[in-house]
Amino acid sequence: MDWFPLYNSLRVASISTFITFFVGIFAAYYIARTPKALKGVLDCALTLPMVLPPTVVGFFLLKTIGPFGPVGSMALELWGFRMIMTWYSAIFATTIVTFPLMYRTARGAFESFDETLSYSAQTLGLSGTFIFWRIMMPNCKQGILAGTVLAFARALGEYGATTMVTGYIPGRTATISTTVYQLWREGNDSLAYKWVGVNLAISFIVLVSVNMLENRYNRPRRARTDTP
Amino acid sequence: MSIYVRIKKALGDFTLDAEFEAENEIMALLGASGCGKSMTLKCIAGVAKPDEGVIVVNGVTLFDSKRRINLSPQKRRVGLLFQNYALFPNMTVERNIMAALSPRCGKTEARERFHALAEKFYINGLENHYPANLSGGQQQRVALARIMASAPSIIMLDEPLSALDSYLRWQLEEELARILDDFSGTTLYVSHSRDEVYRICDRVCVIDDGKFERPRSITELFESPDSLASALLSGCKNYSRVERKDERLVHAIDWNVYLACDRPVGSDISHIGVRAHYVGISHEACDGENVFPCSVIRVTDDIFSTIINVRPTDSNSAEDFSRIRVELPKDETTEIREGDVLRVKINPRDIMLLTCSNPRN
Repeated sequence: MDWFPLYNSLRVASISTFITFFVGIFAAYYIARTPKALKGVLDCALTLPMVLPPTVVGFFLLKTIGPFGPVGSMALELWGFRMIMTWYSAIFATTIVTFPLMYRTARGAFESFDETLSYSAQTLGLSGTFIFWRIMMPNCKQGILAGTVLAFARALGEYGATTMVTGYIPGRTATISTTVYQLWREGNDSLAYKWVGVNLAISFIVLVSVNMLENRYNRPRRARTDTP
Repeated sequence: MSIYVRIKKALGDFTLDAEFEAENEIMALLGASGCGKSMTLKCIAGVAKPDEGVIVVNGVTLFDSKRRINLSPQKRRVGLLFQNYALFPNMTVERNIMAALSPRCGKTEARERFHALAEKFYINGLENHYPANLSGGQQQRVALARIMASAPSIIMLDEPLSALDSYLRWQLEEELARILDDFSGTTLYVSHSRDEVYRICDRVCVIDDGKFERPRSITELFESPDSLASALLSGCKNYSRVERKDERLVHAIDWNVYLACDRPVGSDISHIGVRAHYVGISHEACDGENVFPCSVIRVTDDIFSTIINVRPTDSNSAEDFSRIRVELPKDETTEIREGDVLRVKINPRDIMLLTCSNPRN
């Protein structure tokens, strides 16, 4: 059995989760602070990929980064860089589809963050960077972690948008989900079952690790005993 | 002058209009919930921005809308203790305090100062605990130590005791008083509890619906309040609208009685107030000065006293405004029953003459 789809899926999901993690958090951080009217508009725009059918996202992507799209044609002309039908095309698709998951869970976490912690940190002379990374992020860890895992799981399972921008090229752009579809079309049920099993195993591991992490953080903190 | 504040801030249909100054003392900001106390502290700390005005602390202008000065909270050196103490839940006690020391001193010096603070605030042995594992008292000590670590030039406490139950409150109040005595700068103490303010503070500024009255001494507030808001906050239970009749005589409209006062009544006097434990019951048969008949509405036993609600028999209103609350030691009240008619006596010197700036009352 050729393990390329597993490798490719993990690679695409990891990279897009990494991108989504930072972009989603910063979008959430700034949008949690914008005035109400603007917030509503931005919120809708950023959440749209979650409710749109992935094929619609894929369609827009093709029209933008395809060889005749404004971005795609420019990249091709300037750097000879083809944005579709390669393994990394899937990153564009999965990043867009997973972004709302990260953004919304992170925003929820930021909005429930106790403002007085930030106020008191400011009056104690602590910088904005310190407050963000050392106080806000650790206290919003639960929500951010949940968002990251959801985004990763979603990226791993993305099919619609991915297949439109990457197609199915065995050994080059195949992911687990596109492979399962292809195998079913070919009537290769036994191999399809194997990939379904792999997919189940990964999902199971992801969910168990989320539960374990959550339990660890939910437990009341004890005094550390490593006193010097 | 140690702090001078003159700010305005509109919040919806509510306007905060603060003006006061304080020396190196403990100044109470006393007012009902939602009167703008906490917002005032936030403006001074710099985490909220007033619409206009001036804030000066120890000669440093923190905010001046005309000169476009608005220092960041980090540069203001204002210590603010929140009601929930706002300890960082993800850090141990030691790291909470070290965080406040880090912007100002190097690692070795911070460590030394941490140990000195731990000693002073009795938090030795708690260094590696997380805030969630501390008692309310320990949390308060850590929060105060953390504020002191940031070397503030002024400290502000936002209802520091109101989240606690009454037993713990006593203990913490004593500790707090001890710590505040050691601090040489100005302390602003926000509270809605007159008892706390009476015991802890030197002077008090009464806030009535966003408006600051002039600061006065604690004794002045409790012995001779001059506005309706300050009388209510100092715990006065009985008040009535009045009409001035002559130099020393007023008609208490809500009670429908005429009362003589021992002082001249100014033309701006709109209300009178009488403390519940200064209202007496006259056993003499004849009507004397400021003695009038009242019927007993309700008798309630309190711990050390009996509270009797009465209504002057001549009052034509059945509303609560016409009620007078009388507090008597328990042994004097055994025979009083609901429906009885008593002769109530108010000594002219116990009548507080009050002005009212707030048209809502």
